[in-house]
Amino acid sequence: MKKLILTTLLALGLTACSEPQSNARAVYLLLDTSGTYTAEMDKAQKIINYLLGTLDSGDSIAIARIDSGSFSEKDIIARVTFDDRPSTANQQKRAFKDQIDDFVDGTGRGSRHTDITGGMLQASEYLEETGAGEKYVLIFSDLEEDLKKGHIRDFPISLPDIHVVALNVTKLRSDNIDPRDYMERLDLWEKRVYQAGGTWGVINDLERMDRLIAQR
Amino acid sequence: MFNEILTVWSSQPGISATIWLTILVFVAYLARNPAHALIRSTGRAIYFACRLFATSLRHLETSLQRRNKEVVLSLGQDACERAIEREFHRVNAVVTRDLSAYPALHRQISDTIDKIEEDYQAATDAPPLPPAWLEAVDSIASIPRTGDATVCTILDNIGKTLEGAHQETQKAYRKSTLERHKLLGAMQPQWRNLGQSLTRVKETIDGLEERSTEIDKQMKSYESIRNGEDTVTRTLSSSSLTQFFISTLVLVIAVFGGLINFQLIAMPMSEMVGGTSYIGPMRTSDIAALVIIMVEIAMGLFLMESLRITHLFPIIGSMDDKMRKRMVVITFSILAILATVEASLAYMRDLLALDREALTQSLAGTGIIAEAEFRWIPSLGQMIMGFILPFALAFVAIPLESFIHSLRTVLGMIALSLIHSIAFIARLIGGSARQFSVMLVSLYDLFIMLPLGIERLVANSIKRRQTPDTDAERNEIYMEEQS
Repeated sequence: MKKLILTTLLALGLTACSEPQSNARAVYLLLDTSGTYTAEMDKAQKIINYLLGTLDSGDSIAIARIDSGSFSEKDIIARVTFDDRPSTANQQKRAFKDQIDDFVDGTGRGSRHTDITGGMLQASEYLEETGAGEKYVLIFSDLEEDLKKGHIRDFPISLPDIHVVALNVTKLRSDNIDPRDYMERLDLWEKRVYQAGGTWGVINDLERMDRLIAQR
Repeated sequence: MFNEILTVWSSQPGISATIWLTILVFVAYLARNPAHALIRSTGRAIYFACRLFATSLRHLETSLQRRNKEVVLSLGQDACERAIEREFHRVNAVVTRDLSAYPALHRQISDTIDKIEEDYQAATDAPPLPPAWLEAVDSIASIPRTGDATVCTILDNIGKTLEGAHQETQKAYRKSTLERHKLLGAMQPQWRNLGQSLTRVKETIDGLEERSTEIDKQMKSYESIRNGEDTVTRTLSSSSLTQFFISTLVLVIAVFGGLINFQLIAMPMSEMVGGTSYIGPMRTSDIAALVIIMVEIAMGLFLMESLRITHLFPIIGSMDDKMRKRMVVITFSILAILATVEASLAYMRDLLALDREALTQSLAGTGIIAEAEFRWIPSLGQMIMGFILPFALAFVAIPLESFIHSLRTVLGMIALSLIHSIAFIARLIGGSARQFSVMLVSLYDLFIMLPLGIERLVANSIKRRQTPDTDAERNEIYMEEQS
């Protein structure tokens, strides 16, 4: 009997000492600000508002733009980790929303190039730092990468346990001529994400955003 | 593999199978007796093992039945003792409340009786006697008048005096009668007072009589329980089952109450202990809310125990009254504090919900909406619920005690039925195994019926050959056998 009690206590102790699994969620939203995508900012705003309504205390969110060179801290528009207390978290959400509204209002001419890979690398770095249990990279882009001359991005990237979701992937004019271009673009990114250790998904209908993040 | 074995005698499977069957039948015929013995002994072994198992289960059942009876009787005895104790307490209360004043009442009645007696004595009808000389005067006054004027005058005066004396006596008598009537009139409230006092005594005595009848009844059932009568056991078991179902129902209701309580305080708890930390798969704030509810239930248990409503903790029940009263005050105070905390948490929940709603609306872009007119009603309702639910949960102790006590009986009954069923199944398996072995023996013989038939024919022919034809030969064989 004594042995049984000791074993039980030991097992409980070991369980208590083990590394706790984080239940927090972290989301990194990449906004394409190149070319005509600046006109889609109202949709991006809706997505951000949805995310703010879904995320809770302890969760993190960061919004960054995709421009000519996205692997940079400067491209992060706003980021926050919500406080433990729900009332403070609500205030943070309001402030965050104001920040995004200011950014959207101030969006002018789009960037010349589109560095999606750089943005994803930056996202991966940020998400790792948050230590969240569930990590998401949301890409609000047409997924057409257009790198500046001299930028090197054709190497394997690392996105361990990160769910990558492409949002509102618009069809380009060339896609209408040959839809295979669009398919190939999606396939290419899917392959890259899976090779990087992440998972891939596409949501074009923004009415189905409830599939975006696992609800609690 | 199977096909290879099948076609080992011939390429034709039919022929080969026939050869195999013949071999099998032959081998089975040769092994008939040991095979029969094996089948029979296996059947018997299973039968006896099952019988043994069933018998041991029956013993277990008997001891469990005894234990169940003891439990039921002990519970019944406890309940009966409690009821008798309660009745005695009531008798004590009646005696203390009413009969403690009996000496004073008795004195009051005695005084009243004395007073009545005195008044009665004073009111005795004693007609006043005429003075002793009156007869002499009367005799003189009645002397016949002889005509002498002087004598006549004297005699008239004597007569007048006599008449005056009579009138005075009558007057005095009337006066004394009036006084007597007054005294008798004054006695009336005393009679009433006496009557009321005696009615009070009668009521008290009637109450005591009722209590004593009740005690008699309880004592009778207590005696039956002590004697362990089967009727009482059955009654108590059925009463225990009823208690079990009722207490389960109430506990289920209490669980729902607890869930509502949890919903009221879980969200605002995250404001106090944070909403991000987890203990295992549960949020710390949820656990904190649950702990508060559990503490409330525990305080309720202690409160009920201190009030001697429940008897789950003998140590609390056996405390001296002073300590017990202190415990009542402490537990009630903690309960009241927790109820206040809950009420404030419920209010905070409402505020948080409002804030969240406002944020959701601003995120959805619907703009700021006007505040609802009767928004204070749900807020107040939540606060009241937050305050009342802890006290309501405190009463869980009562059904919990019933549940625990009746659970012992119910579990015993379930175990008894289970053991009974297993014993029945064991007996069924044993009997079936025995019958099956007999059936297998017959089947075995059916399988080897061909060689058996041949054996029987051969045996019959040998027997017929050996059978003596004449009586002399039969006698000779008989004599040989006898020798």
